Amino acid sequence: MMSSYIDRLSLTDRDVILTLVPHGVRVLDLGCGDCSLLNELVEKKNVQGTGVDIDGQALVNGLEFGVNVYQGNLDEGLSDFPGKAYDYVILNQTLQVVKNPILVLKEMLRIGRYGIVGFPNFAYWQLRRGLFFGGRAPKSAALPFEWYNTPNIRVLSIYDFFDYCHSNAISCVQKRYFMCGRWWGGSAPRFLTNLIAHAAIFVITR
Amino acid sequence: MERNCVGLVTPRKFTFGNEKDPLVLESGRSLPSVTIVYETYGEPNEDKSNAILICHALSGDHHAAGYHDPHHSHMGWWDAMIGPKKAFDTEKYWVICSNIIGGCKGSTGPGSINPAKAKPYGLDFPLVTIGDMVKCQRHLIDHLGIEKLYSIAGGSMGGFQVMEWALRYPARVGSAICIASCAGLSTQAIAFNTVGRSAITRDPQWRQGNYNHKGPETGLAIARMVGHITYLSQILLDSKFGRKLQSADRLRYNFSTEFAIESYLNHKGSAFTERFDANSYLFITRAMDYFDIKRSYGSLKKAFAKVTSRFLFVSYSTDWLFPTGQSLEMVRALLSNGKNVSFIEIDSPYGHDAFLVEGEKLTRILTGFLKGAGRAKS
Repeated sequence: MMSSYIDRLSLTDRDVILTLVPHGVRVLDLGCGDCSLLNELVEKKNVQGTGVDIDGQALVNGLEFGVNVYQGNLDEGLSDFPGKAYDYVILNQTLQVVKNPILVLKEMLRIGRYGIVGFPNFAYWQLRRGLFFGGRAPKSAALPFEWYNTPNIRVLSIYDFFDYCHSNAISCVQKRYFMCGRWWGGSAPRFLTNLIAHAAIFVITR
Repeated sequence: MERNCVGLVTPRKFTFGNEKDPLVLESGRSLPSVTIVYETYGEPNEDKSNAILICHALSGDHHAAGYHDPHHSHMGWWDAMIGPKKAFDTEKYWVICSNIIGGCKGSTGPGSINPAKAKPYGLDFPLVTIGDMVKCQRHLIDHLGIEKLYSIAGGSMGGFQVMEWALRYPARVGSAICIASCAGLSTQAIAFNTVGRSAITRDPQWRQGNYNHKGPETGLAIARMVGHITYLSQILLDSKFGRKLQSADRLRYNFSTEFAIESYLNHKGSAFTERFDANSYLFITRAMDYFDIKRSYGSLKKAFAKVTSRFLFVSYSTDWLFPTGQSLEMVRALLSNGKNVSFIEIDSPYGHDAFLVEGEKLTRILTGFLKGAGRAKS
Protein backbone atom coordinates (compact mmCIF):
# COMPACT_ATOMS: atom_id res chain seq x y z
CA MET A 1 0.00 0.00 0.00
CA MET A 2 2.70 2.39 1.09
CA SER A 3 4.98 1.56 -1.79
CA SER A 4 2.23 2.01 -4.37
CA TYR A 5 1.68 5.49 -2.96
CA ILE A 6 5.34 6.38 -3.52
CA ASP A 7 5.24 4.78 -6.93
CA ARG A 8 2.30 6.95 -7.84
CA LEU A 9 4.19 10.03 -6.70
CA SER A 10 7.44 9.17 -8.46
CA LEU A 11 5.69 8.11 -11.64
CA THR A 12 3.30 11.01 -11.79
CA ASP A 13 5.80 13.76 -11.03
CA ARG A 14 7.31 12.97 -14.42
CA ASP A 15 3.93 13.54 -16.04
CA VAL A 16 3.67 16.89 -14.26
CA ILE A 17 7.12 17.91 -15.53
CA LEU A 18 6.16 16.75 -19.02
CA THR A 19 3.19 19.12 -18.97
CA LEU A 20 5.33 21.98 -17.68
CA VAL A 21 8.00 21.77 -20.41
CA PRO A 22 7.02 23.31 -23.78
CA HIS A 23 7.79 21.72 -27.14
CA GLY A 24 11.20 22.02 -28.76
CA VAL A 25 13.04 23.78 -25.93
CA ARG A 26 16.55 23.15 -24.60
CA VAL A 27 16.46 21.19 -21.34
CA LEU A 28 19.15 20.46 -18.77
CA ASP A 29 18.23 17.79 -16.21
CA LEU A 30 20.30 17.96 -13.01
CA GLY A 31 20.58 14.67 -11.12
CA CYS A 32 19.08 12.93 -14.13
CA GLY A 33 20.10 9.38 -13.11
CA ASP A 34 19.48 7.04 -16.03
CA CYS A 35 18.10 9.88 -18.22
CA SER A 36 14.66 8.27 -18.54
CA LEU A 37 12.84 11.58 -17.94
CA LEU A 38 15.01 13.29 -20.54
CA ASN A 39 14.37 10.50 -22.97
CA GLU A 40 10.64 10.93 -22.49
CA LEU A 41 10.99 14.67 -22.99
CA VAL A 42 12.92 14.06 -26.21
CA GLU A 43 10.31 11.65 -27.50
CA LYS A 44 7.15 13.50 -26.45
CA LYS A 45 8.26 17.13 -26.48
CA ASN A 46 11.09 17.00 -29.00
CA VAL A 47 13.43 18.84 -26.62
CA GLN A 48 17.18 19.12 -26.96
CA GLY A 49 18.33 17.40 -23.80
CA THR A 50 21.42 17.28 -21.63
CA GLY A 51 21.66 15.24 -18.44
CA VAL A 52 23.97 15.79 -15.48
CA ASP A 53 24.62 13.16 -12.84
CA ILE A 54 27.41 12.04 -10.55
CA ASP A 55 26.93 8.40 -11.61
CA GLY A 56 28.72 7.90 -14.93
CA GLN A 57 27.45 4.36 -15.43
CA ALA A 58 23.82 5.50 -15.13
CA LEU A 59 24.49 8.17 -17.76
CA VAL A 60 25.34 5.49 -20.32
CA ASN A 61 21.59 5.02 -20.85
CA GLY A 62 21.36 8.66 -21.83
CA LEU A 63 24.10 8.23 -24.42
CA GLU A 64 22.06 5.42 -25.91
CA PHE A 65 18.98 7.67 -26.09
CA GLY A 66 21.05 10.18 -28.03
CA VAL A 67 21.00 12.88 -25.35
CA ASN A 68 24.16 14.65 -24.23
CA VAL A 69 25.42 13.66 -20.80
CA TYR A 70 27.83 15.28 -18.39
CA GLN A 71 29.23 13.50 -15.37
CA GLY A 72 29.61 15.98 -12.57
CA ASN A 73 28.96 16.77 -8.93
CA LEU A 74 26.20 19.39 -8.49
CA ASP A 75 27.77 20.43 -5.19
CA GLU A 76 30.81 21.67 -7.08
CA GLY A 77 28.71 23.96 -9.26
CA LEU A 78 28.26 23.82 -13.01
CA SER A 79 30.82 26.36 -14.13
CA ASP A 80 31.48 24.41 -17.35
CA PHE A 81 28.00 25.43 -18.54
CA PRO A 82 27.64 28.92 -19.99
CA GLY A 83 24.89 31.32 -18.87
CA LYS A 84 21.40 31.09 -20.40
CA ALA A 85 22.37 28.07 -22.46
CA TYR A 86 19.08 26.27 -21.69
CA ASP A 87 15.42 27.22 -21.60
CA TYR A 88 14.56 24.88 -18.72
CA VAL A 89 16.77 23.41 -16.01
CA ILE A 90 15.14 20.56 -14.09
CA LEU A 91 16.01 19.64 -10.51
CA ASN A 92 13.55 16.94 -9.50
CA GLN A 93 13.81 15.25 -6.07
CA THR A 94 17.43 16.37 -5.87
CA LEU A 95 17.36 19.71 -3.97
CA GLN A 96 17.03 17.90 -0.63
CA VAL A 97 20.03 15.61 -1.23
CA VAL A 98 22.72 18.12 -2.22
CA LYS A 99 25.14 19.69 0.27
CA ASN A 100 24.95 23.11 -1.29
CA PRO A 101 21.34 23.71 -2.43
CA ILE A 102 21.72 27.48 -2.72
CA LEU A 103 24.63 27.09 -5.14
CA VAL A 104 22.59 24.62 -7.18
CA LEU A 105 19.56 26.95 -7.32
CA LYS A 106 21.75 29.89 -8.34
CA GLU A 107 23.45 27.81 -11.03
CA MET A 108 20.04 26.67 -12.33
CA LEU A 109 18.86 30.21 -12.90
CA ARG A 110 22.21 31.32 -14.32
CA ILE A 111 22.21 28.50 -16.89
CA GLY A 112 18.48 28.41 -17.66
CA ARG A 113 15.67 30.91 -18.16
CA TYR A 114 13.36 28.74 -16.06
CA GLY A 115 14.00 26.23 -13.34
CA ILE A 116 11.71 23.32 -12.48
CA VAL A 117 12.22 22.27 -8.86
CA GLY A 118 10.49 19.28 -7.28
CA PHE A 119 11.02 18.33 -3.62
CA PRO A 120 9.28 16.57 -0.70
CA ASN A 121 7.49 18.85 1.76
CA PHE A 122 8.88 18.27 5.23
CA ALA A 123 5.99 20.22 6.80
CA TYR A 124 3.47 17.58 5.66
CA TRP A 125 1.04 16.99 8.52
CA GLN A 126 1.97 13.33 9.11
CA LEU A 127 5.60 14.35 9.55
CA ARG A 128 4.57 17.09 11.98
CA ARG A 129 2.44 14.57 13.87
CA GLY A 130 5.31 12.07 13.98
CA LEU A 131 7.67 14.62 15.41
CA PHE A 132 5.14 16.13 17.82
CA PHE A 133 3.60 12.96 19.23
CA GLY A 134 6.24 10.38 18.47
CA GLY A 135 9.17 12.58 19.47
CA ARG A 136 11.34 11.01 16.79
CA ALA A 137 12.67 12.11 13.42
CA PRO A 138 9.56 11.80 11.27
CA LYS A 139 8.86 9.28 8.51
CA SER A 140 6.12 8.99 5.92
CA ALA A 141 5.26 6.97 2.85
CA ALA A 142 7.28 9.40 0.76
CA LEU A 143 10.10 9.67 3.33
CA PRO A 144 10.58 6.19 4.77
CA PHE A 145 14.22 6.57 5.88
CA GLU A 146 15.89 6.45 9.29
CA TRP A 147 17.79 9.53 10.48
CA TYR A 148 21.13 7.82 9.87
CA ASN A 149 20.56 6.57 6.32
CA THR A 150 18.36 9.20 4.77
CA PRO A 151 19.73 10.74 1.57
CA ASN A 152 17.59 13.79 2.38
CA ILE A 153 20.06 15.98 4.20
CA ARG A 154 18.25 19.28 3.51
CA VAL A 155 14.95 19.47 5.35
CA LEU A 156 12.71 22.10 3.83
CA SER A 157 9.02 22.93 3.62
CA ILE A 158 6.99 24.69 0.94
CA TYR A 159 7.06 27.82 3.14
CA ASP A 160 10.85 27.62 3.36
CA PHE A 161 11.11 27.45 -0.39
CA PHE A 162 8.78 30.43 -0.85
CA ASP A 163 10.77 32.41 1.72
CA TYR A 164 14.01 31.75 -0.14
CA CYS A 165 12.48 32.71 -3.49
CA HIS A 166 10.95 35.87 -2.02
CA SER A 167 14.18 37.14 -0.47
CA ASN A 168 16.17 36.38 -3.63
CA ALA A 169 13.79 37.96 -6.13
CA ILE A 170 12.86 34.62 -7.64
CA SER A 171 9.28 34.21 -8.76
CA CYS A 172 7.32 30.96 -8.82
CA VAL A 173 5.40 31.10 -12.09
CA GLN A 174 3.83 27.65 -11.85
CA LYS A 175 2.92 25.60 -8.76
CA ARG A 176 1.93 21.95 -8.50
CA TYR A 177 1.15 20.03 -5.29
CA PHE A 178 0.85 16.32 -4.62
CA MET A 179 -2.09 16.10 -2.21
CA CYS A 180 -4.49 13.27 -1.36
CA GLY A 181 -2.95 10.96 -3.93
CA ARG A 182 -2.88 13.23 -6.95
CA TRP A 183 -1.34 16.40 -8.36
CA TRP A 184 -3.20 19.71 -8.09
CA GLY A 185 -2.74 23.14 -9.64
CA GLY A 186 -1.61 26.15 -7.69
CA SER A 187 -4.81 27.84 -6.52
CA ALA A 188 -5.05 26.21 -3.07
CA PRO A 189 -4.26 28.43 -0.04
CA ARG A 190 -0.62 28.28 1.09
CA PHE A 191 -1.21 27.19 4.69
CA LEU A 192 -3.21 24.26 3.39
CA THR A 193 -0.71 23.10 0.79
CA ASN A 194 2.14 23.40 3.28
CA LEU A 195 0.11 21.17 5.60
CA ILE A 196 -1.30 18.51 3.32
CA ALA A 197 1.06 18.33 0.30
CA HIS A 198 3.53 15.44 0.25
CA ALA A 199 5.59 17.08 -2.46
CA ALA A 200 5.62 20.14 -4.68
CA ILE A 201 6.93 21.13 -8.09
CA PHE A 202 7.55 24.79 -8.96
CA VAL A 203 8.60 26.56 -12.10
CA ILE A 204 10.86 29.42 -11.04
CA THR A 205 12.48 32.30 -12.85
CA ARG A 206 14.27 35.54 -12.09
CA MET B 1 37.81 -15.16 -27.93
CA GLU B 2 37.67 -16.57 -31.46
CA ARG B 3 33.92 -16.08 -31.68
CA ASN B 4 34.09 -12.31 -31.18
CA CYS B 5 37.30 -11.79 -33.08
CA VAL B 6 37.60 -10.34 -36.58
CA GLY B 7 40.06 -13.18 -37.26
CA LEU B 8 42.85 -13.15 -39.80
CA VAL B 9 43.53 -9.69 -41.22
CA THR B 10 45.93 -8.43 -43.85
CA PRO B 11 47.36 -4.91 -43.80
CA ARG B 12 47.01 -2.91 -47.00
CA LYS B 13 48.99 -0.07 -48.51
CA PHE B 14 47.87 3.15 -50.12
CA THR B 15 50.31 5.51 -51.83
CA PHE B 16 49.58 9.04 -53.00
CA GLY B 17 51.48 12.09 -54.25
CA ASN B 18 54.29 12.53 -56.78
CA GLU B 19 57.05 15.01 -57.64
CA LYS B 20 54.52 17.37 -59.25
CA ASP B 21 51.90 17.01 -56.56
CA PRO B 22 53.72 16.39 -53.27
CA LEU B 23 52.27 16.42 -49.77
CA VAL B 24 53.01 19.87 -48.36
CA LEU B 25 53.51 19.68 -44.62
CA GLU B 26 52.65 22.23 -41.95
CA SER B 27 56.35 23.06 -41.60
CA GLY B 28 56.41 24.15 -45.25
CA ARG B 29 58.55 21.18 -46.31
CA SER B 30 57.08 18.46 -48.46
CA LEU B 31 57.15 14.73 -49.13
CA PRO B 32 57.06 13.68 -52.82
CA SER B 33 55.03 10.58 -52.13
CA VAL B 34 53.44 9.10 -49.06
CA THR B 35 52.50 5.53 -48.24
CA ILE B 36 49.89 4.73 -45.60
CA VAL B 37 49.46 1.25 -44.17
CA TYR B 38 45.98 0.40 -42.91
CA GLU B 39 43.61 -2.40 -41.97
CA THR B 40 39.84 -2.62 -42.23
CA TYR B 41 37.39 -4.76 -40.28
CA GLY B 42 33.76 -5.41 -41.15
CA GLU B 43 32.13 -4.35 -44.40
CA PRO B 44 31.05 -1.01 -45.84
CA ASN B 45 27.31 -0.52 -46.32
CA GLU B 46 25.91 0.65 -49.64
CA ASP B 47 26.67 4.35 -49.28
CA LYS B 48 29.72 3.80 -47.03
CA SER B 49 28.04 5.73 -44.25
CA ASN B 50 29.02 3.21 -41.57
CA ALA B 51 32.77 3.86 -41.55
CA ILE B 52 34.59 4.44 -38.27
CA LEU B 53 38.22 5.55 -38.27
CA ILE B 54 40.35 4.45 -35.33
CA CYS B 55 43.41 6.58 -34.52
CA HIS B 56 46.30 4.99 -32.68
CA ALA B 57 48.51 6.37 -29.92
CA LEU B 58 52.29 6.89 -29.74
CA SER B 59 53.41 3.28 -29.89
CA GLY B 60 50.37 1.82 -31.64
CA ASP B 61 49.93 0.98 -35.31
CA HIS B 62 47.41 -0.02 -37.98
CA HIS B 63 46.95 -3.47 -36.45
CA ALA B 64 44.04 -2.69 -34.15
CA ALA B 65 42.11 -5.98 -34.25
CA GLY B 66 42.40 -9.64 -35.20
CA TYR B 67 45.68 -11.38 -35.95
CA HIS B 68 48.17 -11.68 -38.80
CA ASP B 69 49.20 -15.30 -38.42
CA PRO B 70 47.26 -18.48 -37.69
CA HIS B 71 48.94 -18.81 -34.29
CA HIS B 72 47.28 -15.59 -33.05
CA SER B 73 50.61 -14.53 -31.64
CA HIS B 74 50.13 -10.86 -32.44
CA MET B 75 46.64 -9.65 -31.62
CA GLY B 76 45.59 -6.11 -32.57
CA TRP B 77 46.12 -3.45 -29.90
CA TRP B 78 42.39 -2.71 -29.44
CA ASP B 79 41.01 -6.17 -30.14
CA ALA B 80 38.96 -5.87 -26.94
CA MET B 81 36.97 -3.04 -28.54
CA ILE B 82 36.80 -3.98 -32.24
CA GLY B 83 34.95 -7.05 -33.49
CA PRO B 84 31.53 -8.67 -33.79
CA LYS B 85 29.26 -7.49 -30.92
CA LYS B 86 32.07 -5.41 -29.44
CA ALA B 87 32.06 -1.62 -28.89
CA PHE B 88 33.04 -1.02 -32.52
CA ASP B 89 30.74 -3.74 -33.76
CA THR B 90 32.07 -5.03 -37.07
CA GLU B 91 28.65 -6.49 -37.86
CA LYS B 92 27.36 -2.91 -38.06
CA TYR B 93 30.35 -0.72 -38.75
CA TRP B 94 33.18 -0.67 -41.25
CA VAL B 95 36.18 -0.02 -39.03
CA ILE B 96 39.42 1.39 -40.43
CA CYS B 97 42.71 1.85 -38.64
CA SER B 98 45.60 3.52 -40.42
CA ASN B 99 49.22 3.92 -39.46
CA ILE B 100 50.47 7.49 -38.94
CA ILE B 101 53.24 9.02 -41.05
CA GLY B 102 56.47 9.45 -39.11
CA GLY B 103 55.98 6.01 -37.58
CA CYS B 104 57.93 2.83 -38.19
CA LYS B 105 55.25 0.28 -39.08
CA GLY B 106 55.13 0.72 -42.85
CA SER B 107 53.77 4.22 -43.40
CA THR B 108 56.26 6.79 -44.67
CA GLY B 109 58.62 7.77 -41.86
CA PRO B 110 62.25 8.49 -40.97
CA GLY B 111 63.14 4.86 -41.72
CA SER B 112 61.76 5.09 -45.29
CA ILE B 113 64.11 5.52 -48.24
CA ASN B 114 64.77 9.13 -49.14
CA PRO B 115 64.47 9.10 -52.98
CA ALA B 116 66.90 12.04 -53.23
CA LYS B 117 69.68 10.16 -51.46
CA ALA B 118 68.70 6.52 -52.00
CA LYS B 119 69.09 5.78 -48.27
CA PRO B 120 66.86 6.09 -45.20
CA TYR B 121 65.78 9.63 -44.36
CA GLY B 122 66.89 9.57 -40.74
CA LEU B 123 66.91 13.16 -39.50
CA ASP B 124 66.41 14.41 -43.08
CA PHE B 125 62.79 13.36 -42.67
CA PRO B 126 60.69 16.51 -42.25
CA LEU B 127 59.05 17.11 -38.86
CA VAL B 128 55.44 16.08 -39.15
CA THR B 129 52.55 17.36 -37.04
CA ILE B 130 49.31 15.78 -35.89
CA GLY B 131 47.67 17.90 -38.61
CA ASP B 132 49.95 16.30 -41.22
CA MET B 133 49.06 12.82 -39.97
CA VAL B 134 45.37 13.67 -40.27
CA LYS B 135 45.81 15.15 -43.74
CA CYS B 136 47.25 11.79 -44.85
CA GLN B 137 44.37 9.93 -43.25
CA ARG B 138 42.01 12.20 -45.19
CA HIS B 139 43.70 11.14 -48.44
CA LEU B 140 43.09 7.53 -47.41
CA ILE B 141 39.44 8.20 -46.54
CA ASP B 142 39.00 9.92 -49.95
CA HIS B 143 40.63 6.93 -51.62
CA LEU B 144 38.24 4.55 -49.83
CA GLY B 145 35.32 6.59 -51.19
CA ILE B 146 34.01 7.68 -47.77
CA GLU B 147 32.23 11.02 -47.81
CA LYS B 148 31.49 11.24 -44.10
CA LEU B 149 32.83 9.12 -41.27
CA TYR B 150 30.10 7.78 -39.00
CA SER B 151 32.55 8.24 -36.18
CA ILE B 152 36.21 8.66 -35.38
CA ALA B 153 37.83 7.47 -32.16
CA GLY B 154 41.17 7.48 -30.45
CA GLY B 155 42.90 7.57 -27.08
CA SER B 156 45.86 9.65 -25.97
CA MET B 157 47.65 10.84 -29.15
CA GLY B 158 44.83 9.12 -31.05
CA GLY B 159 42.55 11.69 -29.39
CA PHE B 160 44.71 14.48 -30.86
CA GLN B 161 43.97 13.13 -34.32
CA VAL B 162 40.27 12.89 -33.50
CA MET B 163 40.19 16.57 -32.50
CA GLU B 164 42.23 17.59 -35.53
CA TRP B 165 39.77 15.76 -37.81
CA ALA B 166 36.73 17.39 -36.20
CA LEU B 167 38.36 20.83 -36.44
CA ARG B 168 39.72 20.55 -39.99
CA TYR B 169 36.99 18.57 -41.68
CA PRO B 170 33.81 19.17 -39.64
CA ALA B 171 31.48 18.10 -42.45
CA ARG B 172 33.19 14.74 -42.72
CA VAL B 173 32.99 13.66 -39.07
CA GLY B 174 29.61 12.46 -37.79
CA SER B 175 30.75 11.92 -34.24
CA ALA B 176 34.07 12.17 -32.43
CA ILE B 177 35.27 10.06 -29.49
CA CYS B 178 38.22 11.45 -27.59
CA ILE B 179 39.56 9.19 -24.84
CA ALA B 180 42.14 10.11 -22.19
CA SER B 181 43.37 13.00 -24.27
CA CYS B 182 43.82 16.78 -24.21
CA ALA B 183 44.02 19.94 -26.32
CA GLY B 184 47.77 20.20 -25.81
CA LEU B 185 50.30 18.37 -23.66
CA SER B 186 50.94 19.69 -20.17
CA THR B 187 54.39 21.02 -19.28
CA GLN B 188 54.92 17.86 -17.28
CA ALA B 189 54.12 15.65 -20.27
CA ILE B 190 56.50 17.62 -22.54
CA ALA B 191 59.13 17.28 -19.81
CA PHE B 192 58.81 13.50 -19.82
CA ASN B 193 59.03 13.46 -23.63
CA THR B 194 62.22 15.53 -23.33
CA VAL B 195 63.77 12.94 -21.04
CA GLY B 196 62.81 10.17 -23.47
CA ARG B 197 64.32 11.96 -26.44
CA SER B 198 67.49 12.84 -24.51
CA ALA B 199 67.97 9.19 -23.60
CA ILE B 200 67.92 8.38 -27.34
CA THR B 201 69.99 11.28 -28.67
CA ARG B 202 72.66 10.83 -25.96
CA ASP B 203 73.08 7.16 -26.78
CA PRO B 204 76.35 6.95 -28.84
CA GLN B 205 74.66 4.40 -31.09
CA TRP B 206 72.20 7.03 -32.28
CA ARG B 207 74.85 8.72 -34.56
CA GLN B 208 72.67 11.76 -35.37
CA GLY B 209 69.96 9.40 -36.56
CA ASN B 210 72.21 7.64 -39.12
CA TYR B 211 72.27 4.27 -37.45
CA ASN B 212 71.93 1.03 -39.35
CA HIS B 213 70.36 -2.08 -37.90
CA LYS B 214 71.45 -1.81 -34.32
CA GLY B 215 70.26 1.62 -33.30
CA PRO B 216 70.32 3.36 -29.92
CA GLU B 217 68.61 0.47 -28.16
CA THR B 218 69.72 1.55 -24.71
CA GLY B 219 68.37 5.04 -25.20
CA LEU B 220 65.10 3.84 -26.68
CA ALA B 221 64.63 1.37 -23.83
CA ILE B 222 65.18 4.11 -21.23
CA ALA B 223 62.73 6.37 -23.09
CA ARG B 224 60.13 3.61 -22.91
CA MET B 225 60.82 2.96 -19.22
CA VAL B 226 60.17 6.62 -18.41
CA GLY B 227 57.11 6.66 -20.65
CA HIS B 228 55.73 3.54 -19.04
CA ILE B 229 55.89 5.07 -15.56
CA THR B 230 53.77 7.96 -16.80
CA TYR B 231 51.14 5.58 -18.21
CA LEU B 232 50.50 3.90 -14.86
CA SER B 233 49.07 5.23 -11.62
CA GLN B 234 50.73 5.20 -8.24
CA ILE B 235 47.89 3.06 -6.87
CA LEU B 236 48.45 0.46 -9.57
CA LEU B 237 52.22 0.36 -9.12
CA ASP B 238 51.76 -0.02 -5.35
CA SER B 239 49.25 -2.82 -5.64
CA LYS B 240 50.97 -4.67 -8.49
CA PHE B 241 54.60 -4.42 -7.37
CA GLY B 242 54.78 -2.65 -4.03
CA ARG B 243 58.29 -3.03 -2.66
CA LYS B 244 58.41 -6.68 -3.65
CA LEU B 245 61.88 -8.05 -4.40
CA GLN B 246 62.35 -9.79 -7.72
CA SER B 247 64.23 -12.99 -6.91
CA ALA B 248 65.68 -12.96 -3.43
CA ASP B 249 63.85 -12.61 -0.15
CA ARG B 250 66.60 -10.44 1.23
CA LEU B 251 68.64 -7.57 -0.11
CA ARG B 252 71.72 -8.44 -2.15
CA TYR B 253 73.56 -5.15 -1.73
CA ASN B 254 74.40 -4.63 -5.40
CA PHE B 255 72.95 -2.97 -8.50
CA SER B 256 71.46 -6.01 -10.16
CA THR B 257 67.68 -6.08 -10.66
CA GLU B 258 66.50 -6.06 -7.08
CA PHE B 259 62.89 -4.87 -7.04
CA ALA B 260 59.99 -6.32 -9.01
CA ILE B 261 59.28 -2.91 -10.54
CA GLU B 262 62.89 -2.75 -11.82
CA SER B 263 62.47 -6.05 -13.56
CA TYR B 264 59.14 -4.98 -15.03
CA LEU B 265 60.50 -1.73 -16.44
CA ASN B 266 63.63 -3.40 -17.79
CA HIS B 267 61.46 -5.91 -19.59
CA LYS B 268 59.12 -3.24 -20.99
CA GLY B 269 62.12 -1.19 -22.16
CA SER B 270 63.95 -3.94 -23.99
CA ALA B 271 60.78 -5.45 -25.48
CA PHE B 272 60.01 -2.03 -26.96
CA THR B 273 63.33 -1.87 -28.84
CA GLU B 274 62.30 -4.97 -30.77
CA ARG B 275 59.18 -3.33 -32.15
CA PHE B 276 59.95 0.36 -32.36
CA ASP B 277 62.38 2.67 -34.10
CA ALA B 278 64.28 5.34 -32.16
CA ASN B 279 64.00 8.06 -34.81
CA SER B 280 60.26 7.49 -35.08
CA TYR B 281 60.06 7.91 -31.31
CA LEU B 282 61.74 11.31 -31.67
CA PHE B 283 59.49 12.43 -34.52
CA ILE B 284 56.23 11.29 -32.99
CA THR B 285 56.87 12.66 -29.50
CA ARG B 286 57.82 15.98 -31.11
CA ALA B 287 54.55 15.99 -33.04
CA MET B 288 52.76 15.43 -29.72
CA ASP B 289 54.64 18.33 -28.09
CA TYR B 290 53.68 20.64 -30.96
CA PHE B 291 49.97 19.77 -30.85
CA ASP B 292 48.23 22.77 -29.31
CA ILE B 293 44.66 23.67 -30.29
CA LYS B 294 44.78 26.97 -28.37
CA ARG B 295 47.89 28.11 -30.22
CA SER B 296 46.50 27.05 -33.60
CA TYR B 297 43.10 28.72 -33.21
CA GLY B 298 43.63 31.50 -30.67
CA SER B 299 41.51 29.83 -27.99
CA LEU B 300 39.58 26.63 -27.44
CA LYS B 301 36.31 28.52 -27.71
CA LYS B 302 37.26 29.90 -31.11
CA ALA B 303 38.59 26.52 -32.20
CA PHE B 304 35.32 24.72 -31.55
CA ALA B 305 33.03 27.44 -32.93
CA LYS B 306 32.55 25.74 -36.29
CA VAL B 307 32.54 22.04 -35.41
CA THR B 308 29.39 20.08 -36.21
CA SER B 309 30.17 16.58 -34.89
CA ARG B 310 28.67 15.06 -31.75
CA PHE B 311 31.48 14.74 -29.22
CA LEU B 312 32.21 12.26 -26.47
CA PHE B 313 35.04 12.74 -24.01
CA VAL B 314 36.11 9.94 -21.68
CA SER B 315 38.76 10.39 -19.01
CA TYR B 316 40.12 8.15 -16.25
CA SER B 317 40.18 9.02 -12.57
CA THR B 318 43.84 8.08 -11.99
CA ASP B 319 45.29 9.30 -15.29
CA TRP B 320 47.87 11.92 -14.30
CA LEU B 321 49.45 12.24 -17.75
CA PHE B 322 46.19 13.34 -19.40
CA PRO B 323 44.14 14.27 -16.33
CA THR B 324 40.35 14.71 -16.33
CA GLY B 325 40.70 18.50 -16.13
CA GLN B 326 42.26 18.54 -19.58
CA SER B 327 39.27 16.73 -21.09
CA LEU B 328 36.91 19.07 -19.25
CA GLU B 329 38.68 22.06 -20.75
CA MET B 330 37.55 20.93 -24.18
CA VAL B 331 34.08 19.98 -22.94
CA ARG B 332 33.69 23.51 -21.53
CA ALA B 333 34.74 25.10 -24.82
CA LEU B 334 32.19 22.99 -26.71
CA LEU B 335 29.43 23.74 -24.19
CA SER B 336 30.15 27.46 -24.45
CA ASN B 337 29.60 27.12 -28.20
CA GLY B 338 26.33 25.26 -27.64
CA LYS B 339 27.65 22.09 -29.29
CA ASN B 340 26.59 18.48 -28.70
CA VAL B 341 29.07 17.11 -26.20
CA SER B 342 29.08 14.38 -23.58
CA PHE B 343 31.59 13.69 -20.85
CA ILE B 344 32.14 10.67 -18.60
CA GLU B 345 35.01 9.98 -16.22
CA ILE B 346 35.68 6.29 -15.64
CA ASP B 347 36.76 5.31 -12.15
CA SER B 348 39.81 3.15 -12.74
CA PRO B 349 43.10 2.37 -10.98
CA TYR B 350 45.00 1.86 -14.24
CA GLY B 351 46.14 5.44 -14.91
CA HIS B 352 46.57 6.57 -18.51
CA ASP B 353 46.86 2.99 -19.77
CA ALA B 354 43.27 2.37 -18.66
CA PHE B 355 41.96 3.10 -22.16
CA LEU B 356 43.80 0.02 -23.41
CA VAL B 357 43.07 -2.33 -20.51
CA GLU B 358 39.77 -1.24 -18.90
CA GLY B 359 37.54 -2.65 -21.62
CA GLU B 360 34.20 -3.37 -20.01
CA LYS B 361 33.14 0.11 -18.85
CA LEU B 362 34.44 1.74 -22.01
CA THR B 363 32.55 -0.80 -24.13
CA ARG B 364 29.24 0.16 -22.49
CA ILE B 365 29.92 3.85 -22.99
CA LEU B 366 31.04 3.57 -26.61
CA THR B 367 28.26 1.17 -27.57
CA GLY B 368 25.71 3.59 -26.10
CA PHE B 369 27.25 6.66 -27.69
CA LEU B 370 27.53 5.12 -31.17
CA LYS B 371 23.94 3.91 -30.99
CA GLY B 372 22.72 7.28 -29.69
CA ALA B 373 24.67 9.20 -32.33
CA GLY B 374 22.72 7.34 -35.00
CA ARG B 375 19.46 7.92 -33.19
CA ALA B 376 20.05 11.62 -32.62
CA LYS B 377 20.74 12.13 -36.33
CA SER B 378 17.58 10.50 -37.58
